[in-house]
Amino acid sequence: MKMLRLPIAYMPLVDAAPLIVAQEMGFAANEGLDLDLIAAPSWSSVRDMLAFGRVDAAHLLSPVPVAMALGMGGVSTALSAVMVLSMNGDVIGVSRRLEDLLRADGHPFDFRDPMAAGAALARVAPDGLTIGAPFPFSMHVELLHRWFEATPLAGIPVTIRTVPPPLMAEALADGEIDAFCVGEPWGSVSVEAGYGALLLPGRAIWSFAPEKVLAVRTDWAETEPHLLGRLMRAVWRASRWLANPDARTAASEILSRPAWLDLPPEMIDRALAGRLVVSSRGEERHVDRFVEFHGGATGFPWRSQAKWIGQRLAQRTGGDVTQAMARAGQVFRPDIYRKQLVGIGADLPGANEKVEGALHQPMPVPSVEGDVILQPDAFLDGHIFDPYDP
Amino acid sequence: MSEPLSIVVVEEDRDRAIAIVDALRDAGDHDVHVIGHATGLARKIAACQPDIVLIDIDNPTRDMLEELTLASGPLDRPVAMFVSGAAGGLARAAVEAGVSAYVVDGLLPERLTPVMDTAIARFQMMRQMRSELAETRRALEERKVIDRAKGLIMKSRRIGEDEAYALLRRAAMDQGRKIVEVAQALVTASELLS
Repeated sequence: MKMLRLPIAYMPLVDAAPLIVAQEMGFAANEGLDLDLIAAPSWSSVRDMLAFGRVDAAHLLSPVPVAMALGMGGVSTALSAVMVLSMNGDVIGVSRRLEDLLRADGHPFDFRDPMAAGAALARVAPDGLTIGAPFPFSMHVELLHRWFEATPLAGIPVTIRTVPPPLMAEALADGEIDAFCVGEPWGSVSVEAGYGALLLPGRAIWSFAPEKVLAVRTDWAETEPHLLGRLMRAVWRASRWLANPDARTAASEILSRPAWLDLPPEMIDRALAGRLVVSSRGEERHVDRFVEFHGGATGFPWRSQAKWIGQRLAQRTGGDVTQAMARAGQVFRPDIYRKQLVGIGADLPGANEKVEGALHQPMPVPSVEGDVILQPDAFLDGHIFDPYDP
Repeated sequence: MSEPLSIVVVEEDRDRAIAIVDALRDAGDHDVHVIGHATGLARKIAACQPDIVLIDIDNPTRDMLEELTLASGPLDRPVAMFVSGAAGGLARAAVEAGVSAYVVDGLLPERLTPVMDTAIARFQMMRQMRSELAETRRALEERKVIDRAKGLIMKSRRIGEDEAYALLRRAAMDQGRKIVEVAQALVTASELLS
């Protein structure tokens, strides 16, 4: 079969794994695709490459296509998020100075309790904090705001500053920022460099946060449905492979190669195994489902997830919330997901929206295909988002 | 005569920055600032109140500029990466040339176009120089590997240089590979065996 070369932009992160594995393990080749994966230097570059047609698909922060649909960020090409590539996978970390203050305050660095961590941080930094995040439109920023709102951090002045992940450790060392929220492997890189300690996993704030999506231009999705289907099936099979615990070591090895993340496999395995070394003292903490690629309908792009993002962006920037939610809902495409992945074993729930934040236990739900068991999606403070009654 | 435009160029490399600034000043009576270091980038730019910000598309600190697209106060001037209307084609050309531009909303296309044409031409030239440099480096590396492989063959077979090269070339042709690949394999193997 003649291979079709498909250009795709990505950022070299652990959660780019489904695309890298699709190419490396032959899932793309089975669909007749040769993925030309182009590592981008910045998220704005990923967005521009996709918007201006340099690539046909991209590994993208879930809020980026939503922000674009709301007219934020300067580029307005219509994008569709056709599947969610990963859930969770971010970490919040602090500088060594704050680590010392927190330890003196009795914080155990249990990497678990967002309420206690927020309260402790507000106590030791009463004059305020500057926190680095990779992009103004990112789940990192959304998680930070939710964390502030639910804890005494709401009572201190906090500034979020954009810092590209590879520069995060340096910014921490220079005192440019006091803390950060970043995707792996960059939190672990900061710990290894001796500049910081990890305080919380992102999922302690929202246990089912759609982190990255597979995004395409909406007009491309309409003119190239067959090509899109081949790509989506390859990525879905790669995510299923990644969910197999026996595949973890191989996945870490693949991602560690110079062509991809160019880091020791052990650093990458921390995120995949959910065993993170949180400080220079070598303390290891275990987090279930630290980052998730498959299962519990992970890949299904719920319209309610996009609406939640749209609502939050509009509330912060002073836009019309109802209109923002309506526009945001159109960006995530469960209709395309259903059409392209029917009949291959993908979880296809009966609904396109769900109440976000209501599940504290795994819950079986009506499905069109597969036995769909939704995973807990609770927020740290029990916040509930009903897309029909926000 | 309209007011001179205020332009900020974000570029760490001094020589490249000078080349861009010179080109822009030749193109018109513009007020051009260079910001080299990434620390506090968005704040420094905001302090300059520029009409246009130019930055290499491959610069990872570019994401810091995205903050500028969010006007945080009523007195802030919103900034957009220009893509709308008449400037759409210009934006595409800029992205292809490797430059991203952030432009204050409402800047007229006829004022923007000459600046962007100059910037695009300059960035394209620099990009070409970079790729030529990389190509030269690669060719040089390949030469070194081939010379080493030739040396190994000459020594072990006690033959001349031309004959050694002919052997390498034939092996490459037989295997459908590049000469440098065969040479590299030979060098690696000899390192393992010695």
